[in-house]
Amino acid sequence: MKMLINVAETVVADALRGMAAAHPELAVDVENRVIVRRDAPVEGKVALVSGGGSGHEPLHSGFVGPGMLSAALPGEVFTSPVPDQMVRAAAAVDSGAGVLFIVKNYTGDVLNFDMAAELAEDEGIQVAKVLVDDDVAVTDSLYTAGRRGTGGTLFVEKLAGAAADAGLPLERVEAVARRVNENTRSIGVALSACSTPAKGSPTFDLPPGELELGVGIHGEPGRERRAMMTSREIADFAVDAVLEDLAPHNPVLLLVNGMGGTPLLELYGFNAEVQRVLVERGVAVARTLVGNYVTSLDMAGASVTLCQIDEELLRLWDAPVRTPALRWGC
Amino acid sequence: MLDALFFRRWLTATAAVVDREAERLTELDSPIGDADHGSNLQRGFRAVAAVLEKEVPDTPGAVLTLAGRQLISTVGGASGPLYGTLLRRTGKDLGDAPEVGPTRFAEALRSGVDAVAALGGAAPGDKTMLDALIPGVDALDGPSGSFGAAREAALHGALATTPLQARKGRASYLGERSIGHQDPGAASSALLFEALAETAESTETPESTETAESTDGSRG
Repeated sequence: MKMLINVAETVVADALRGMAAAHPELAVDVENRVIVRRDAPVEGKVALVSGGGSGHEPLHSGFVGPGMLSAALPGEVFTSPVPDQMVRAAAAVDSGAGVLFIVKNYTGDVLNFDMAAELAEDEGIQVAKVLVDDDVAVTDSLYTAGRRGTGGTLFVEKLAGAAADAGLPLERVEAVARRVNENTRSIGVALSACSTPAKGSPTFDLPPGELELGVGIHGEPGRERRAMMTSREIADFAVDAVLEDLAPHNPVLLLVNGMGGTPLLELYGFNAEVQRVLVERGVAVARTLVGNYVTSLDMAGASVTLCQIDEELLRLWDAPVRTPALRWGC
Repeated sequence: MLDALFFRRWLTATAAVVDREAERLTELDSPIGDADHGSNLQRGFRAVAAVLEKEVPDTPGAVLTLAGRQLISTVGGASGPLYGTLLRRTGKDLGDAPEVGPTRFAEALRSGVDAVAALGGAAPGDKTMLDALIPGVDALDGPSGSFGAAREAALHGALATTPLQARKGRASYLGERSIGHQDPGAASSALLFEALAETAESTETPESTETAESTDGSRG
């Protein structure tokens, strides 16, 4: 496996140095692995902090800036960050209005953010947490770790970020984040496995003629493996899988997300098919975002996320945002 | 009796055995996790070994608490909080005692294992590190308990996770497809007991072997 890296051990630090050089509007602490918008803390505003394993870029570091996250914490590749990073970030961005931790539902992320929340509260910082668990591929039962957090994280971070920017207090920003999560569902499809720098080879074996339906963002297997399908067939499967779980009576925000190894030519073509199925199912799409936003290193494939909105959420979506990866209205 | 030096040597030995086995742990983590368990623990225990060279806590409890905090600060993922909690809670349970007997240590370790179970919400048979930790601490705490018996029991527990279906952590997403793979967390937990047995064996001088064995054997 050829990778554009020096050695696996410095992959995250090297990326952060490059990010710092490209984005002077962000304060990047390479040693402690904390990325903070340079104008933080913003007086009177709730701060949003999120993070997770590296390898999903632009999530979360690419979403730091006005209108979205106040700080992001990259962990090692596919490994959650540690509480020290989270507490350091919370202290850096808290203006006194409190901090919302946005946590994807993986055991490691949950445990580390729980510990960090306790430590931050010991330091007098008011902390609220919201768990993102939008992946319909996973059955949420007593016998699994629960649904995974995937593409829906982008909607939670953008809409809660806009709510914080509008000056809402912590409990209302938290409520927006929860409402977004409750109204958001995703499913992913892998055409190839991803390769972590530490392992240097694909993390699972997916033969050339097959695809994995319901894949997770770390290459965790999903519902089933089938012979390769067309874009049209994959769109039918993905939209129906999401709609089985979320029957929207309102318009939706649509994210057609690439896993990192699929070109935009294919993603736009896939989006055409997704839009076709949604029309057939009578679901109105208010806004569409197509691109690589919640990735899985070099995995080929895509995920589909729907977020049912109301007028308030649509206003929050259209509100200005200025981050490395998501930028409009300003 | 076990003093602060004994616990420092245990953790240094753990760092060495994790170094030695890191690749195997990562291989185990590859089919059912995300192929980083070895490298994550290696980073954490190297940091533990380094901090124990700089700082020299003078009680067993302080050694374990410091090591646990270091793991939480460096490992990440689920392993960081879980292993960190195991050592921290064990250390806190030991309190300020300058030396502890093996029975007292076994009691403290059990409270550490209980804390891991509470934090992760897992039970025996869920295919997690508990499937090695619980048999290990049971053997240490038993009537004929010894470090050697704990090593055997933990290793056996780790191997016995192979036919189980995972119910916690990332492997749980695999459902039935997790069957047939040894749990990497149970495998690394067995290494802790392996390092413990190695440390106890290397502490015994040839003349004192008999005494040490009878000390081990008389517990319970």
